[in-house]
Amino acid sequence: MPAAAAVTESMSAPVTAPTAPPSFGAPAGRWYRLNQNRLRATAIGVISLAAFLLVWHLLTTYRVVFFVRFTNVPSPLAVYASFTKAIHDPKFLLHILLSCRRIFIGFSLAAIVGVPLGLIMGRFKLVHEAVFPVAEVLRPIPAIAWVPMAIMLWPTNEQSIVFITFLGSFFPILVNTLHGMSLVDPVLVRAAQCLGARERSIFREVYFPASLPHIFTGLTIGMGVAWVSLIAAEMISGQYGIGYFTWEAYSLVQYADIALGMIAIGVLGLGSSLLIRGAGQLVMPWRAK
Amino acid sequence: MSAMATATPQGHIEVENFSLSYETIDGLVDAVTNTHIHVKPGEFVSIVGPSGCGKSTFLNAVAGFLKPTTGTITVDGERVSGPSAERGMVFQQYSLFPWKTVRENVEFGLKMRGMPRSQRERAARTLLGLAGLEAFEKHYPEKLSGGMKQRVGIVRALATGPKVLLLDEPFGALDAQTRVIMQQILTNMWQRLKISVLFVTHDIDEAIFLSDRVYCMTARPGSIKAEIPIPLERPRQQSVMMSSEFLALRRGLMSLIREESLKAMGGEINDLGMQGLNIELHGHSLVEVL
Ligand SMILES: Nc1ncnc2c1ncn2[C@@H]1O[C@H](COP(=O)(O)OP(=O)(O)O)[C@@H](O)[C@H]1O
Ligand SMILES: [Mg+2]
Repeated sequence: MPAAAAVTESMSAPVTAPTAPPSFGAPAGRWYRLNQNRLRATAIGVISLAAFLLVWHLLTTYRVVFFVRFTNVPSPLAVYASFTKAIHDPKFLLHILLSCRRIFIGFSLAAIVGVPLGLIMGRFKLVHEAVFPVAEVLRPIPAIAWVPMAIMLWPTNEQSIVFITFLGSFFPILVNTLHGMSLVDPVLVRAAQCLGARERSIFREVYFPASLPHIFTGLTIGMGVAWVSLIAAEMISGQYGIGYFTWEAYSLVQYADIALGMIAIGVLGLGSSLLIRGAGQLVMPWRAK
Repeated sequence: MSAMATATPQGHIEVENFSLSYETIDGLVDAVTNTHIHVKPGEFVSIVGPSGCGKSTFLNAVAGFLKPTTGTITVDGERVSGPSAERGMVFQQYSLFPWKTVRENVEFGLKMRGMPRSQRERAARTLLGLAGLEAFEKHYPEKLSGGMKQRVGIVRALATGPKVLLLDEPFGALDAQTRVIMQQILTNMWQRLKISVLFVTHDIDEAIFLSDRVYCMTARPGSIKAEIPIPLERPRQQSVMMSSEFLALRRGLMSLIREESLKAMGGEINDLGMQGLNIELHGHSLVEVL
């Protein structure tokens, strides 16, 4: 009987097709076959990035005017030159550092408030009924629309910018956490209950981990919106920060710096969402592929 | 394991005059009415009935998830008032915690009881070994086959040493071969642990093969229509299902269930449709006959 069980239920290991000719040395060949798709994706990705740079280069060196005007747009080489200058410029690094700090504080506060609030709202009807209407009214207001109000509310510019960043990421985090809570399988709650779990344990052992995938969706979206809100706020009311740097470059007719600022924002945004994804994989090993 | 083996046989379930109605927009829906059953300590009892007859409703009430509308449920004389680790439950949808490894799933009940980590790890390993799952202790449930998942489900429910094990169509989602193996594993565990089992299924063969006694439930609103003792000797081999004794029991139960299934479908199809099941068409189209 155990033998039969093993036959019907043993996990089938991913066996490579026996028909594939062993053209490489066996391990190298297998490595190649297993990673074929990823290798292809990487190669195509590199090629398409190179093509993008090439088109950019051609459009700017020939100053193409075709509906859009590339007359003043900096070339990739000009941007690279200003990049090499900027990384030795403590002021540029300070811009980046301050933006990152604002994101860190604003986003962390949003997560620290949003996730527990969402969990509690998902668990306790009364809290949900009380908080949800307010949240629904405030949610559609874009964080940028808060700028004047934030300047009035907070004594310093720094605080109002962090506040805007907080607001931007708060609602996606809250709403996704709530959504995760509403999808928790009630049968899992029952399973925990008849194993002797009480309210607190059910919250910690069932509701929270069950909602984690959606919490991380909220964190990822929240991080994106945090950057959008931050850059807007910095452009309007900042004296430092990568958004301010980009806007200032325009005022000072430093065209290469505009593109440099934009690329820096893109890279920072990408980096922070990768960080969140990495954290998600650490916290949710059961979802690893 | 030792904690469970030394427990004196307990788990006397007594259900009297039980009924349960759901409140819906259209008013009260009687799911189960006027039901009496009992399970003696160490007995294996099944409830069979057509789907929708209220088997899950009844089992959920015994587990303590639903409150009876009338009647009482007691286990060893104590009234059931909510879910408890005394009554282990196995669900059709496996219901393992996806974020816990196989071993952590099995440990869950012991953790809730406050058992220290090293101790419960050891207990979980022993239990997984009995179910032939020791090699999978670090796997997450998603990676397991249905049969393995349900073995984990059973082991998890047994880990806390409950007095009673409740199973709601636990093998309903498994293929036929796996189901046979699972039935044997369940029988083995039950015989070792000597706890009371209340097993819900719509599979007549399964009910007869496993049980000491089978209750047959009527179509909705469900109530107990018949109680059939299964005097087949134990340990039972697969071959018992070919014996004339088994087949006679099966025939009896089958006709009881068939009546009830027809009744249940009649409610959906309407009276004509129900007659239609017995009408010979003689080459006429169904529309003509109607
Ligand atoms: N939460 C509910 N609200 C209203 N009706 C329900 C609910 N749950 C089950 N029912 C009804 O009660 C009857 C019995 O359901 P159930 O106990 O799940 O049957 P079974 O497990 O035998 O298939 C069914 O007709 C079903 O439609
Ligand atoms: Mg059911």
